[in-house]
Amino acid sequence: MVDTFVFIVAAVVCLVGALGVVLARNPVHSALMLVMTLFGVAVQFVAQEAHFLAAVQVIVYAGAIVVLFLFVIMLLGVDRAQSLELSFLPVQRWAALLFASGSLAVVVALILAVGEPVTGVEAMGGALGSTDDVRLLARSLFSDYVYAFELTSLLLVIAVIGAVVLVRKPRETDAVVAEDRGDA
Amino acid sequence: MEVTTGWYLVLGALLFVIGGTGLLIRRNPLVMLMCVELMLNGVNLSFVAFSRTLGDVGGQTVVFFVLVVAAAEVVVGLGLVVAILRRQPGTTADDLSALKG
Repeated sequence: MVDTFVFIVAAVVCLVGALGVVLARNPVHSALMLVMTLFGVAVQFVAQEAHFLAAVQVIVYAGAIVVLFLFVIMLLGVDRAQSLELSFLPVQRWAALLFASGSLAVVVALILAVGEPVTGVEAMGGALGSTDDVRLLARSLFSDYVYAFELTSLLLVIAVIGAVVLVRKPRETDAVVAEDRGDA
Repeated sequence: MEVTTGWYLVLGALLFVIGGTGLLIRRNPLVMLMCVELMLNGVNLSFVAFSRTLGDVGGQTVVFFVLVVAAAEVVVGLGLVVAILRRQPGTTADDLSALKG
């Protein structure tokens, strides 16, 4: 009973937030609605005993990524409201809605038709349940997925370097060279 | 009424579709990036639901990697948005049809 109540409340929070992201006129409101959705998803993670992921969800997503979004919105000064008519693509709107509702109908029909959708073999990488998820996740991460884990560190370094290169202001010499080539 | 795996999967599908629709119909590049985050969260929810049902921690590990990749994606994406909007303020996704800057 409590499970059902928690699920319904968190699901409503998620969906309202998601619709808010899409429908808000002001990008700042979109970002705040995104926080709402992320908190709802974190609650769903807790309800499924993924406590570590719930904490990471709040810290990384709501704490870092959304703050980054807000930084960029404030930095660029694009926080004025746009009318929805202008901020929606005109022609593609109905096609997109049709496509989205169609694909949603297919997925939901599949889930409902199959009933209990889980098949497959038992876990190899450690069973969830009695022990805490942090220990299992750490063991899985640093044994089975250790190469992928090391690769993510490389990915993060590349992302940082890429971001610095992208937003760097061109130096004078670069600008002169670009003008000489005629594409300044 | 008991909460089954299917409920979580339907919620994940809803989040994914709402995010995808937003990605298709919004013009503001920042809002489009937020819609990508919504789609990633829908998929993460499905992964955690399967992880719980199968009793396999692998699903949660995948969600962990998705979080890392999402962070990297947002950093690079916002860097691109800053670089583009600094050059041409008020750019929407419609204006970015040409590859040559």
